[in-house]
Amino acid sequence: MADPADRVAADRKFPTAFTRSAKGFGAWLFSGEGSGLGSKVWQTLRLGLKSLLLHKLRSGLAILGILIGVTAVIWLVAMGEGVSYQAQQQIKDLGANNIIIRSTKPPADAMRGGGFVIAYGLLRDDYERIVENVPTLTQVVPMREITREARYVDNVTDVQLVGCTAKYREMNNLHMARGRFLTDQDMAEGVNVCVLGDQTAKTLFPYQDPIGEFVQIEDAFYVVVGQTQNRTASAGIGGSMAAKDYNSDIYIPLSTLRARIGDLVITSRAGSREGEQVELSQITVTVRDLEQVDQTADIIRTLLEKFHPVTDYAIVVPKELLRQAQVLQMMFNLLLVLIAGIALLVGGIGIMNIMLATVTERTREIGIRRALGAKQRDIVSQFLSETIVLSATGGLLGVFLGFLCRPAIVGTRAVMTQIFPDVMSSLPPNIRQLEPRLAAWSIIAAFMISVGVGVLFGLYPARRAARMDPIEALRHE
Amino acid sequence: MAMAARIIDVHKHYVLKGGITVRALRGVSIDFPEGDFVAIMGTSGSGKSTLLNLLGCLDRATTGQYILAGQDVSQLDDDELSDIRSRYLGFIFQSYNLIAQLTVVENIELPLSYQGNVSREARQRCLDMAEMVGLGERLDHRPFQLSGGQQQRVAIARALVNNPRVILADEPTGNLDSATGEEIMQMLEALNAAGKTIIMVTHEPDIAARAHRTLRMRDGLLEQHSPDAAIT
Repeated sequence: MADPADRVAADRKFPTAFTRSAKGFGAWLFSGEGSGLGSKVWQTLRLGLKSLLLHKLRSGLAILGILIGVTAVIWLVAMGEGVSYQAQQQIKDLGANNIIIRSTKPPADAMRGGGFVIAYGLLRDDYERIVENVPTLTQVVPMREITREARYVDNVTDVQLVGCTAKYREMNNLHMARGRFLTDQDMAEGVNVCVLGDQTAKTLFPYQDPIGEFVQIEDAFYVVVGQTQNRTASAGIGGSMAAKDYNSDIYIPLSTLRARIGDLVITSRAGSREGEQVELSQITVTVRDLEQVDQTADIIRTLLEKFHPVTDYAIVVPKELLRQAQVLQMMFNLLLVLIAGIALLVGGIGIMNIMLATVTERTREIGIRRALGAKQRDIVSQFLSETIVLSATGGLLGVFLGFLCRPAIVGTRAVMTQIFPDVMSSLPPNIRQLEPRLAAWSIIAAFMISVGVGVLFGLYPARRAARMDPIEALRHE
Repeated sequence: MAMAARIIDVHKHYVLKGGITVRALRGVSIDFPEGDFVAIMGTSGSGKSTLLNLLGCLDRATTGQYILAGQDVSQLDDDELSDIRSRYLGFIFQSYNLIAQLTVVENIELPLSYQGNVSREARQRCLDMAEMVGLGERLDHRPFQLSGGQQQRVAIARALVNNPRVILADEPTGNLDSATGEEIMQMLEALNAAGKTIIMVTHEPDIAARAHRTLRMRDGLLEQHSPDAAIT
């Protein structure tokens, strides 16, 4: 006879055999009877890992599918974020509180003025009207720019001659390398002073301090009072705003520019002469309150419409552009996630395929386990844990590779620049200077999705395994 | 005498795909007292495998009762039957049926782990069982590193680890040479002598002769007996 103590113990256990089955899956999963919480989960996972290691190549390929998907999500999102961060940064440089009004040349058949001179653009009266009628502004900065040739002794270069006020420096985040910027007094007196952009200064004065020297533009001489630091170019936005390269500028007081050069610009072309009369190239206004930007833009638009029968100006609202860029980025991200989702889906199908093969191959094992007391859910959790181990491993490796995005791109760029310098320099700066920005959400989402894919695509093979008839399964060769 | 298991007027019908009904068992009643050692013989198709599957709770009778350890288990659902298997039954198969990727001790552990019992005591019991069948030195071996006889001994240890009410052996010596088969039979006899109830299916008369009694199946019925008569 069997040990009576064992028998008693067995009888005592009997009722629990039936109550146990009523417990939920989760309760079962974490009921580490005997040796602590979660030991059953750990054991199941360990077993899954062990089975997977029996088929290293097969498991490796399944993992690769998920890995590529996860890496794709992280890399694509990082690059998308990098591009849009760049764009948004450039827009932010324009100032979210600013509204930029620029003169634009209208179509040829709708121009003011007669003869060969065409007049268009913003007027000094417009400036006055804005200053007087729009109450929400903290500052209004007018500006006029013309391309001119600047000369110092034998050094000659084409520059952008910018007539502006003292506030122009602050508004455009220009920093002084030497000397000072223009002052209100310069403006009031209309004196011949100038401030050189970084590149202009280096071209005209390669070996000496320009401060106090005289630069010749047309037939007038301007004394150099300052030099700005190198500043990255701002973005060109739409058709209404060209990219602005501050480094080849020369700044002079607006009043000086009007007195010395005037509004009329004559350009000679083969056989004919053409004149353009523009009073102001740009007026930049700063709105006191960010909330009032849209409203203020509307007021200015209405105001200008009254005095400009032909639309010869454009109003750029950086805040609006920023909003558009953000919406665009969201759509872009959505698209990337969709593409990456497809990659993960393909990985998931790969996993399912392999698990179905595994289930068929291990039919007999399933029969044995069932005979020894495995419930259907034990079989489900066994196979599901294998797919989760597969997909989570792929996910983790994918995240690891995801972190290599930045060094990989920077490295590739460095190598490409070495091998194909011409090709690289012909690429637009957005691509040349692209800095991928890892998005935390994309890393978390990619990993979660990969595990989700494992569960989703593992469920069918696992259920199929669990629902096998144990007798048939045992008979399987 | 206390009964380890009883089956009472058990019928089992299968409906094949063509709609043909196969009557694999046509009213079988048997009592298995505790400490019994029964051999079931019969030609292929006689219903002995079906009977063994029912006794092993791997299948349910179409009609009739199966009482195991004082409980009628004939109407239990799949989960409950799984639990019965892990607690009250031990299986020994012709082809050992060890799980290839698990070690000796992990194979022995399986019935306990499906009870949810992964305690230190459970582990110790597995080690004791391995020791008992003479494989205490090979705990971390894989099945493919063992001979057929050794594998079958692991299977016996696995069948004993949950202290079952009934051990079901399906051709336990069928894949072994006669010397090894003899070893296994001696082990089964020793277990029976220690009080274990053993039900063994075999087609070898000399193996069947080692049991206390032999039942013969034929056409879904017990031979030599009327369908309703129970053996006592």
